[in-house]
Amino acid sequence: MLFASFRVITARNPVHAALYLVLAFFQASGIWMLLKAEFLSIALVLVYVGAVMVLFLFVVMMLDINIDSIRQGFWKHFPLAATIGAVIALELAGVLLGGFRISEPQQQHAAQVIAPAAVTAVAPVDVASAAADAASVAVDAASAAVTTATAADVGHVVVAQASNTKALGILLYTEYLYPVQVAALILLVALIAAIALTLRARKDSKFQNAGDQVRVKARDRVELVKMDAVKPAPAAPAAEETKA
Amino acid sequence: MSITLGHYLTLGAILFALSVIGIFLNRKNLIVLLMAIELMLLAVNMNFVAFSHYLGDLNGQIFVFFILTVAAAESAIGLAILVQLFRNKSSINVDELNTLKG
Repeated sequence: MLFASFRVITARNPVHAALYLVLAFFQASGIWMLLKAEFLSIALVLVYVGAVMVLFLFVVMMLDINIDSIRQGFWKHFPLAATIGAVIALELAGVLLGGFRISEPQQQHAAQVIAPAAVTAVAPVDVASAAADAASVAVDAASAAVTTATAADVGHVVVAQASNTKALGILLYTEYLYPVQVAALILLVALIAAIALTLRARKDSKFQNAGDQVRVKARDRVELVKMDAVKPAPAAPAAEETKA
Repeated sequence: MSITLGHYLTLGAILFALSVIGIFLNRKNLIVLLMAIELMLLAVNMNFVAFSHYLGDLNGQIFVFFILTVAAAESAIGLAILVQLFRNKSSINVDELNTLKG
């Protein structure tokens, strides 16, 4: 993955860079799968590899770019870039490797799902018995646990044995409902902005002006000409019924 | 040797540093700049997911979800601006983007 991302920033051809970025995203998705974030892993593949990277490839191939002119000054910035990157990497690695040594996730907390308030009205005796039952279940499956310790946030009962997707969905649509709406709004704005930026109307295309068509009056279109019923003379000018 | 949280965080840090290097190296190529930004967001998401797993808190994954949303919107708008820019100036060189200068 590090090699792939390294190739992203150093590849001569932008198409190759985009393809290496796809590779990096796939590997990140695999790592997330190992971290038990299945929904996000699939979403990463779908959204990034499926949509965003195809968009990138589209744009890269649509614009024909002179590569050599772009590559000028690549090595000019290299010492600065290498120094800054090395400093950032070393600092972060030093701090992180020293500071975070959590080896394994606590399985009791790993399967937390916050469920809607179903057990709020239960009497304390029932809660205690439920906890006892859950303790017996927890012997069987280590990830099965019911935590009633967080009685402060009322109605949030931790339910075990739900899949990652279900847990995310429940959390997303109960506690994070308004942020979801805001995210939808952001996507809508992005959609409209992208279309409005790239849409080019043809100058020579014919179109109807519906407002003019509605506002038109009958006398603008049809003109009635007074004329005799009988032709007075054969040399008379031909009467015509005109229209605008 | 088991994989600790620090390893994942280090991976994210190295990714982030690589993308910073990429931004500095490809100062002229706007497409690669956008790709480096995507890589940065991926590094941050990696940290979020690692913390979410090791601390047993799903809120981190929710946050990653929103970051994905915003990143998708950002790249879409960025590429739209890029296409429009290429039509106007027929290059994507960052150094030529100084027409807004007063």
